[in-house]
Amino acid sequence: MNVKYAYYPGCSLEKTQRGYDESVREVFRALGQELIEIDDWNCCGATMYMSVKETVSLAVSARNLALAESMGLDILAPCSSCFTILLKTKRILHEIPEMHRDVNEALAEGGLTYQGTGRVRHPLDVLVNDIGLDTLRQQLRRNLKGLKIAPYYGCQIVRPDKTFDDRENPVLLDKMFAACGGDVVYFPMKVRCCGGMLMTTFEDTALKLNMEILQCATENRAEVIVTTCPLCHINLEAYQGKINQAYGKKFDIPILYFTQLLGIALGLPAKTIGLDSGFVPLGGKITSLAEAHYA
Amino acid sequence: MEHTPNYLPGLMTRTEAELRQIFLRQVEAIPAGERIKRCIQCGTCTGSCPVSYAMDISPRQLIALFRAGEMETIMKSRSIWICASCYACTTRCPSGIKITDIIYALKRTVMEKDYESKAPQVQVLANLFINNLMSYGRLHEGTLIRKFYMKTGIFKLFGFIPLVKKMIETKRLALFPKKIKAHESFSRIIKKAQEIEMRHVPAAIDFSPEYVGYKGLGEMKLESRKGE
Repeated sequence: MNVKYAYYPGCSLEKTQRGYDESVREVFRALGQELIEIDDWNCCGATMYMSVKETVSLAVSARNLALAESMGLDILAPCSSCFTILLKTKRILHEIPEMHRDVNEALAEGGLTYQGTGRVRHPLDVLVNDIGLDTLRQQLRRNLKGLKIAPYYGCQIVRPDKTFDDRENPVLLDKMFAACGGDVVYFPMKVRCCGGMLMTTFEDTALKLNMEILQCATENRAEVIVTTCPLCHINLEAYQGKINQAYGKKFDIPILYFTQLLGIALGLPAKTIGLDSGFVPLGGKITSLAEAHYA
Repeated sequence: MEHTPNYLPGLMTRTEAELRQIFLRQVEAIPAGERIKRCIQCGTCTGSCPVSYAMDISPRQLIALFRAGEMETIMKSRSIWICASCYACTTRCPSGIKITDIIYALKRTVMEKDYESKAPQVQVLANLFINNLMSYGRLHEGTLIRKFYMKTGIFKLFGFIPLVKKMIETKRLALFPKKIKAHESFSRIIKKAQEIEMRHVPAAIDFSPEYVGYKGLGEMKLESRKGE
């Protein structure tokens, strides 16, 4: 089953979160899906759009929707923030016709128009709901048996609106890694907020939030936290040292994108899924899994 | 309408009324925004918020203050800037109020009135983010962080040296921003959107000192723009 998607990597995945970008591309390639990057996409506006007017922020993100629509494909957006903003824009334009008209008037200046067709999808949704756990099981090359995994969903792929998983207790990551043989630990902080940009504006508050998430994962004996969002990812991985200093902790837990760990299970070479791009050493278990030869 | 002295209980000053009007215009742009009328003051929002402990005014209190016509108190709070928009409150509100979006509307009201806020660093970051986006079409994180700390406390930049070093080692640092190819047409789209937005700004404010509390919400004709 070859399916094509209009791939929207988003600004973070271009460079600073290359591990996410590389692993999404490789995992989808390995599963026979084709990702065609949207040519000349622009930033979705993220959550910082409060400083501009509504019409402007909607037009900025709708430009991407229009570009994907002209390709006749559904959008695949791995970054949680891009995913939620693109989806929100699509919904607002659908619900408020005047806004749709205004945005199209603006888009026309760039020779574009947006009808409202095409869906906005997240890789997790596509992998579990379209490709399916059975296919993943068949493609499994390395069993994650014995690896204790904390599935961290963050906020924006499950909220504010119901998307493809429960808003309080999402389970798709749990199911995916259980299907790969992994030991998914009890992790009640799975949708607790990491603070996002608060790490820049209210550092103390953000450090506390991330400390609590790391604490919860380690207390439940997780050996790795998997993430779906670049901002959660950088907060959890790059600030572990600072958190240790501030709270007298000894956190040293690797953070992987869910597509990276899935890539390991699918037998993809470590280098192609950006396993060399993490800040926290992967530790023996994951490294030996990633290097293990498979039949 | 004469200027109303602000010591009359239940009445609103002109400043409060102006702020309220700007805010309600923002709320109107939120699908199902009118549900703010339905707040039952249960406090589920505050209880669900992972950062309410660090707020000076809780999310529940924000809505109570708005109803009481105390817009200026809200504008001066640090609460609205601490919200990281995780949508926990919105998900759990039994009245279906889009609290996160309401807080965005409050942020925009402050930005529009150029109010002096208790957390100017958030506005600095938001403005730099938007400038970055407008100049290149894509966000360049390095430029954003560098400019942010140059404005808010340059010595903090040194603290980033170990992180930058790690990023170079792991090939995760893009030194220079990259402009999108269609930047010119992108800018035209933004310019047009700004023009369109200006059409919707009412010339004069509709002011009545009675516009306060539950009654005021009805008077302001805050109607649904089709919710979900």
